[in-house]
Amino acid sequence: MITLTIDNQKIAVEEGTTILEAAEKLGIKIPTLCYLKDINVIGACRICVVEVQGAKAYVPACVAPVAEGMVVRTNTPAVIKARKLILELILSDHPMECLTCVRNQNCELQKLAEAFGLTEIRFEGEKTSYPIDNSSPAIVRDPRKCVLCRRCVAVCTEIQTVNAIQAQERGFNSLIAPAFNEQLANVECVQCGQCSLVCPTAAIHEVDDTGRVWEALADPKKHVIVQTAPATRVQVGETIGAEPGSIVTGQMVAGLRRLGFDKVFDTDFTADLTILEEGNELLQRIQTGGTLPMITSCSPGWIKFAEHFYPDLLPHLSTCKSPQQMFGALAKTYYAEKAGIDPADIFSVSIMPCTAKKYECTRPEMKSSGYQDVDVVLTSRELGRMFKQAGLDMANLPEEEYDAPLGISTGAGEIFGASGGVMEAALRTVYEVVTGKELPNINFTECRGLTGVKEATVQVGDLPVKIAITNGLGNARKVLDKIRAGEADYHFIEIMCCPGGCIGGGGSPIPTDTEIRLKRIDATYTEDERMALRKSHENPAVNELYQEFLEKPLGHKSHELLHTHYTKRNRYQEEEC
Amino acid sequence: MKSLDELAKIRDSRRAALKIREGVPSATEKAHIMMCGGAGCISSKCTDIVEAMKECLAKNGIADQVQIILTGCMGPCDMGPVAIVYPDATFYRRLKVKDAEAIVEEHILKGNPVQRLLYRTPGAKEPTRCVHDIDLFKKQKKIVLRNNFYIDPTSIEDYIARDGYAALAKALTQMEPGEIIEEVKKSGLRGRGGAGFSTGMKWGFTAAAKGSPKYVVCNGDEGDPGAFMDRSVLEGDPHSIIEGMAICGRAIGSEQGYVYVRAEYPLAIERLSNAIDDARRYGLLGKNIFETGFNFDIEIRIGAGAFVCGEETALLTSIEGKRGEPRPRPPFPANAGVWGKPTVLNNVETWANIPEIILKGAEWFSTIGTEKSKGTKVFALAGRINNTGIVEVPMGTTLREIVFEIGGGIPRKKLFKAVQTGGPSGGCIPADYLDTPVDYDSLGALGAIMGSGGMIVMDEDTCMVDIAKFFIDFCVDESCGKCSPCRIGTKRMLEILERITTGNGKEGDIELLQELATTIKSTALCGLGQTAPNPVLSTIRYFRHEYEEHIKEHYCRSGVCEFKE
Repeated sequence: MITLTIDNQKIAVEEGTTILEAAEKLGIKIPTLCYLKDINVIGACRICVVEVQGAKAYVPACVAPVAEGMVVRTNTPAVIKARKLILELILSDHPMECLTCVRNQNCELQKLAEAFGLTEIRFEGEKTSYPIDNSSPAIVRDPRKCVLCRRCVAVCTEIQTVNAIQAQERGFNSLIAPAFNEQLANVECVQCGQCSLVCPTAAIHEVDDTGRVWEALADPKKHVIVQTAPATRVQVGETIGAEPGSIVTGQMVAGLRRLGFDKVFDTDFTADLTILEEGNELLQRIQTGGTLPMITSCSPGWIKFAEHFYPDLLPHLSTCKSPQQMFGALAKTYYAEKAGIDPADIFSVSIMPCTAKKYECTRPEMKSSGYQDVDVVLTSRELGRMFKQAGLDMANLPEEEYDAPLGISTGAGEIFGASGGVMEAALRTVYEVVTGKELPNINFTECRGLTGVKEATVQVGDLPVKIAITNGLGNARKVLDKIRAGEADYHFIEIMCCPGGCIGGGGSPIPTDTEIRLKRIDATYTEDERMALRKSHENPAVNELYQEFLEKPLGHKSHELLHTHYTKRNRYQEEEC
Repeated sequence: MKSLDELAKIRDSRRAALKIREGVPSATEKAHIMMCGGAGCISSKCTDIVEAMKECLAKNGIADQVQIILTGCMGPCDMGPVAIVYPDATFYRRLKVKDAEAIVEEHILKGNPVQRLLYRTPGAKEPTRCVHDIDLFKKQKKIVLRNNFYIDPTSIEDYIARDGYAALAKALTQMEPGEIIEEVKKSGLRGRGGAGFSTGMKWGFTAAAKGSPKYVVCNGDEGDPGAFMDRSVLEGDPHSIIEGMAICGRAIGSEQGYVYVRAEYPLAIERLSNAIDDARRYGLLGKNIFETGFNFDIEIRIGAGAFVCGEETALLTSIEGKRGEPRPRPPFPANAGVWGKPTVLNNVETWANIPEIILKGAEWFSTIGTEKSKGTKVFALAGRINNTGIVEVPMGTTLREIVFEIGGGIPRKKLFKAVQTGGPSGGCIPADYLDTPVDYDSLGALGAIMGSGGMIVMDEDTCMVDIAKFFIDFCVDESCGKCSPCRIGTKRMLEILERITTGNGKEGDIELLQELATTIKSTALCGLGQTAPNPVLSTIRYFRHEYEEHIKEHYCRSGVCEFKE
């Protein structure tokens, strides 16, 4: 243990602890900007400087390890003055468009400015003026608002191992962008949006599609329907200030109805459907000697990652579309037919914890209904914004039910939102389909939690099924490299692009950190337990869908509407000659 | 080469062949002409002169009796191209192609040095012929540049003849690793890259650090504008770097060295690369050196020219193939350097000192210099000074001696105003402090730094606000952009200086500059940011009146700044 003094308080902490962490134990929260626990610890912004006795210069608390006998002062007038000047410098290169900024009142820079009580910026000089990159259907880069904290670079490089963005140029001209300042749409960015989740300002944010939805809602000719992703009900509450982990399913449904959606459906429904299709696909691959291990395909960021970085492994991917896209295809076929509505008049919206879904719905193969299957994807953040604009106080809305039939679901569909959920849902069904017996324990807890790579063997009848579950693309790589090396004997792998799964997706409310992810996961399983039905194959609406329309899993119609194919993509766009 | 005997044999036979360069006339050779091949002399077409001399020698039938060697930089660049003719050590300057004939036919054939090409001390009636009698050189003490007058930098045997690799032999066969580190510690050698940390302690920390493998790195990313100390060593005596690094490898238990050289130094890269090849061929790098079981090899890493890569952690990051940006210390390179492994990183000039210290001993080295700054320092004299070029002086030599006695004073009888030491992030020292002895601590006390050895002299025609703007502009360009104080702060300082020098300065600008400067110094991530404000702070400290004249009276006493009313 190391003993030191911080602001006259003695404390003993473990070796390797930083001054920032030690101070936190004493209840002293040293202000930070670039720091992001466990992810970005680089001492770049210098907001966290403190005085250390005997040191020639101020010391950045976030990176400086404690030392025996160290005497630290975190709040001397000189330190406060230095921090204030640094903040003033950062603000002198900031657009100051707070009132018209997407992160207004949810901005770490704004909070710091408020805390430091800055009343004027004394420097009138050049400001960063790089153009906004809105090439991507999901993510906008606005270098003007960037404070160069590099959190986005850290998640993209370290957590997701995509390396789509890096520091370019240098000095005052520095900017975070794809190599050679290429546009996001032209590089290997998988659109996961984890960068937008960690950005302290609005330098990287989701494409705002709320305007298109407002317009559709106001169009009397449009039949506007909405689907809500499993994770949304455990996160949308946070956008209006509810505690992380609050479950707002009924209120969200009520709110969506009040916004004017004609039908409020649930992606959980097609999550259940996915289990039947994917479960059968797995059994078929096992029985017929198909490509194994089979890997889930619900997560569009993961799909694009595979297409760029592991094109040789594409045959391992399940051909199932994601639940969002299965829903999209069915809404404009099965539902249109059943409700007697011209699919051309249906405007299909989905609410997702995800930015990559915005990209996914624009993929050319996602037009199985003859129309763009899903017209607009809104992130949880955008839905929160719409609720606020409409003056809907979600906390005081009554709890309402989803519409039938595409709103009927089970707990198995619900847990798709958490890492391991797809696997658990699949096991619940595959076990009972294969053995014909009821599961003694429906909870496969070995699938749950934030561990990067989870592995297990589950006895299904005579077959020991070897599974793996990863969340975060860096963890996916570990398993994918094993497959490449021929060292993986799994049957089934669940890969989710984002850390924690969809509850930590790039379209989630900000902030999203490990603690918040865990709360959302807890809420997810609570919601699962509250459901009357908890196995996908028991979903009556799904069974009806098969009877009335699809006939059987992996049938002809299923292939047409619910399955897809993948495309090898280069790291960079080929140069046009 | 496997044994000390073989090394001694090469040394002795080559030394005999080179006796002429020590002033001993040779029975078979008439002369060795050492033509300076430093950057300045090459730019002044010294190679054409060499060609002309060769032709003339051939014409006179004595081509086989005269050797012409292109050396590393000899120092007095202002007088270039320069050459020394041995055995009589005649120093020629301002040579032209047409002078080749006179040197060959008058001096070499007839023994009459060409008077008009000799050096003349300002004010002296007679020229000074012998290089050893010229004041400019007499006041210098050459340890780092010990070989630049004497050897062909492309010849490993020339280096061996000058006791090259004898220190490595000693370190490998007569010393324990701990003794080597002790010797370097005792010598008092401090890092010549600028910060002046004890080299021996640095080695000691790395030797004691947990983790393997360990690495030895040479910082040859010399980036100060107008500075070329390291270049002169790399081009003139590349083996001294290799030998120094290998000795360190033995001391700390490392088998791999990296030399990081900027891409703008193609000749240095070529010479060093050839030297490494030669050393390998002679068994002085590679496996089982001198059959002691010690392995050591060196790779060159070429930098893309970013100034910040001279900062040690940025350099290490760049070696790893990443964007050259500094990282926080601790951990220090001694514990986590290249690839996160324990690493000794020293500057070119530091490395060049090592063989001499090991060979002649710490005691000898520590007699040179001041109490806390031992040895010599190489400076690149530039600006308003007569003898621009490279000089090497004992630590403790005063600024006055360097500027006026060695440097020959200010041209055109102008008045001395200030000298900037330590490159763009050093400080300006005014005339009042000319008698300051040059050492790490004295310069620091004046708000300047030793830096890597840039020395820019300014006269009365230099505007101190303009010069501060010039230096901060350099740092703005070279800031990596990682930390906010340096990235934005230096830019804001530049903008304030721009408005002061164009007549738009405001009341309070000086105080704002000081506030910015002190905060950047105390909060920036690396040495670049922490020292970037020095020129502004030191010029405000010593020349505040010039700032005030610019702001209040729109007056630039040097007539440099143009005010648009």
